[in-house]
Amino acid sequence: MQTLVDQVKDAYLARRMLQIRGGGSKDWYGNAAQGSVIDVSGHSGIVEYAPAELVLTAKAGTRLAEIETVLAANNQMLSFEPPHYGDSATLGGTLACGFSGARRPYSGSARDAVLGVQILDGRGDLLNFGGKVIKNVAGYDISRLTVGALGTLGIILQASVKVVPRPAATVTLQYELDQAASIVRMNELAGQPLPLTAAAWINGVLSLRLEGNAAAVLAAQAKLGGDILDHAADFWLAAREHTAPFFAGETPLWRLSVPPTVPPLDLPGKQAVTWGGAQRWLKSATPAASIYAAAARIGGHAALYRGARPQTGVFHALPAAVMALHRRLKTQFDPHGILNRGRLYSDF
Amino acid sequence: MIADSVIRDLRALLPSAAVLTADEDTAVYESDGLSAYRCRPGAVVLPETETQVIAILRLCHAAGVPVIARGSGTGLSGGALPREDSVLLGLAKLNKILHLDPLARSARVQPGVRNLAISGEAAAYGLYYAPDPSSQIACSIGGNVAENSGGVHCLKYGLTVHNVLGVRAVTIDGEILQLGGDCLDSPGYDLLALLHGSEGMLAVITEITVKLLPKPEHAQVILAAFDSVETAGAAVGAIIAGGILPAGLEMMDRPAIHAAEAFIHANYPLDAAAILLVEVDGTTEEMAEDLRCVHDILAANGATSARTAVDDTERLRFWAGRKNAFPAVGRLSPDYYCMDGTIPRRALPAVLYGIEVLSEEYGLRVANVFHAGDGNLHPLILYDANIPGELHKTEQLGARILELCVQYGGTITGEHGVGMEKIDQMCVQFRALELAAFHGIKAAFDPAGLLNPGKAVPTLQRCAELGAMHVHAGQLSHPHLPRF
Ligand SMILES: Cc1cc2nc3c(=O)[nH]c(=O)nc-3n(C[C@H](O)[C@H](O)[C@H](O)COP(=O)(O)OP(=O)(O)OC[C@H]3O[C@@H](n4cnc5c(N)ncnc54)[C@H](O)[C@@H]3O)c2cc1C
Repeated sequence: MQTLVDQVKDAYLARRMLQIRGGGSKDWYGNAAQGSVIDVSGHSGIVEYAPAELVLTAKAGTRLAEIETVLAANNQMLSFEPPHYGDSATLGGTLACGFSGARRPYSGSARDAVLGVQILDGRGDLLNFGGKVIKNVAGYDISRLTVGALGTLGIILQASVKVVPRPAATVTLQYELDQAASIVRMNELAGQPLPLTAAAWINGVLSLRLEGNAAAVLAAQAKLGGDILDHAADFWLAAREHTAPFFAGETPLWRLSVPPTVPPLDLPGKQAVTWGGAQRWLKSATPAASIYAAAARIGGHAALYRGARPQTGVFHALPAAVMALHRRLKTQFDPHGILNRGRLYSDF
Repeated sequence: MIADSVIRDLRALLPSAAVLTADEDTAVYESDGLSAYRCRPGAVVLPETETQVIAILRLCHAAGVPVIARGSGTGLSGGALPREDSVLLGLAKLNKILHLDPLARSARVQPGVRNLAISGEAAAYGLYYAPDPSSQIACSIGGNVAENSGGVHCLKYGLTVHNVLGVRAVTIDGEILQLGGDCLDSPGYDLLALLHGSEGMLAVITEITVKLLPKPEHAQVILAAFDSVETAGAAVGAIIAGGILPAGLEMMDRPAIHAAEAFIHANYPLDAAAILLVEVDGTTEEMAEDLRCVHDILAANGATSARTAVDDTERLRFWAGRKNAFPAVGRLSPDYYCMDGTIPRRALPAVLYGIEVLSEEYGLRVANVFHAGDGNLHPLILYDANIPGELHKTEQLGARILELCVQYGGTITGEHGVGMEKIDQMCVQFRALELAAFHGIKAAFDPAGLLNPGKAVPTLQRCAELGAMHVHAGQLSHPHLPRF
């Protein structure tokens, strides 16, 4: 850790820019950052994990796979089911990107799970926010602010996350149904007391995952009917990791975060729906500007996932007042603008 | 204490009944739920629209007058405590539910809407708003966001921050920020999370979009008794390690049990050293299976008795005992003081023992109620404000208890906020560097420091004077950089 601290302190004094890298599995995500690489992957290991506390603390370079294995051995899991996008995925990188998987609408996002972080700010100062307890309102919630900030407010060195029990039973039910009807159905079901933990529409098929204790899952299954999917875990894994056929090919892949009930997007290209309607995947060669405009019209926002980065950057532009606030916050944490410069927005 | 010209300008902006300056009118606002701290505000303004809120903030900003937002005033840390030189901005009249979308399961509401009113409106669709502070009949949703309030069901359903999709907020210079909205996330930094628990220091919240959940079909509660708090604490760990996430998991110690029983007659076992209330919810089948598991775990972990409420009436009575624990304890003594620390659950026996020792040292009785599932402890200190010096002694004991929580890896506040009350303990929990970062956040939103000044984050100077600063001033790196 001391070497990381020294590297940032030196860079701060020299005003030299640093690109933060964990496992490198998400190098493709976001805009290109400037500067030389600072490698966090060596800063790894689970620091503390007491299953009865429902809290796990690990250094940022710890592989997600390792964390998930340890949790599974204790019948627990991460509540936000993060995509890995590669074997080398680390906890720090996942939190910096703020990635959450299929369970997100039902049991929360990566930021929801974060209880505390240790960061190295742009001056090379080590800061600790939040803690290892589930309820904590002392001081502003800077822990959650670092989630999804793509390292621009500080290098995440360690994080404590809330973990949850692994459900005893799971079943996935499928239905051939068009996109519009599937979106309505996902939302209707989410308003009923059912143990729903995932709802997706991919390639003309609506998939619903039910999880909980065995009695609950059986009862819900009887109520909903549909075809039981064998090897459901593989299906959800492929959807999460973008290895399902829908995601293949060179056409740019866009993610749109939208109000969950909006009808299918009025845009050329192929669509898939996850997060019970709240996340739409679009394979489309439509110009970036049209996609951003369409997302905004329906009260959502868009980001380019895979494909050549547009001039304007891959993330949705912010309203002026919010952008001004971003710049002021960035200056507070990283006065010389050396951390992951340009990765989130070109301004900083 | 506010210039006449400012009062005159406020009156020009608002109907005359919406600007209060007479002592008898402002007295109502002199404290929040922490009534030991009082101060009359220079003026109280009661806007009815966001446009009025913006105009008030612009005016105060231009005149350099501090503004303190207030919802229902049920806060327990002095967060809404006025100052003589400040305008108290009461938001209770912004009390409309603007839109409820049953299919999307969300509601857009004004900040003065009461917590329970949202669930009331959503009930017609089988939906409800999950976070349920015990004050939910009175507290406002704006106050809930500002404190990131919890409740007895937050182990399973989350805190306020987990149940809000978006807020509209106005900065001190009158700029509107729309943070989040109807989607599950937003681009850029998570400013929505940052506003949660910001205690009215960053912006004034004028609209909130909350998430609504389907009402569980059924809920059932088990009352379990133990002959020591240690065994009860271990049983909580066993339930959770056993893979069950109860909807509610509360513990009370002997003094709290006795107080509640005398007040509510909930049928709590008076010979127990501790009781647990374990609530499970879900479909009929789901609940039956969880109840069976919990009973097995309780039996294997030293419960001297454990029984499921026979019907809904008894279930509500079991809960009434817990939910009225504060006023129940209040009956035992002229005054009581509610603390709010969180600890890792495994530290419970050590911390409770430490509290007992401190209680003897200060000669003040303490009853403990505990959101056991998530480690949030509410020691209630019994005192008599009419005895000279006793409030001061109580505050000292409270401070020592919070320091104990920090020493065991916990925090000085789980859900009530820092406000004015715990400002000195912030110096114990955080080092100068973190405090400086908090001041940096404040400066990014409100450079002139006009929104709720002096609350939640102590100045470095205050900590230095207390001698409580963990890091000596000399160890601050880059001392040439401005720190606020
Ligand atoms: C009997 C009792 C039981 C309680 N039980 C619980 C409990 O179980 N869990 C829990 O978490 N809390 C509990 N509380 C504490 C309290 O009810 C909560 O903190 C609540 O969220 C405060 O809401 P309020 O509307 O009363 O806010 P206020 O007390 O009016 O204000 C609280 C803070 O929020 C700020 N604020 C208020 N409205 C706004 C706004 N619109 N924009 C910006 N800032 C604003 C104020 O400046 C202040 O700093 C309890 C209190 C009492 C009296």
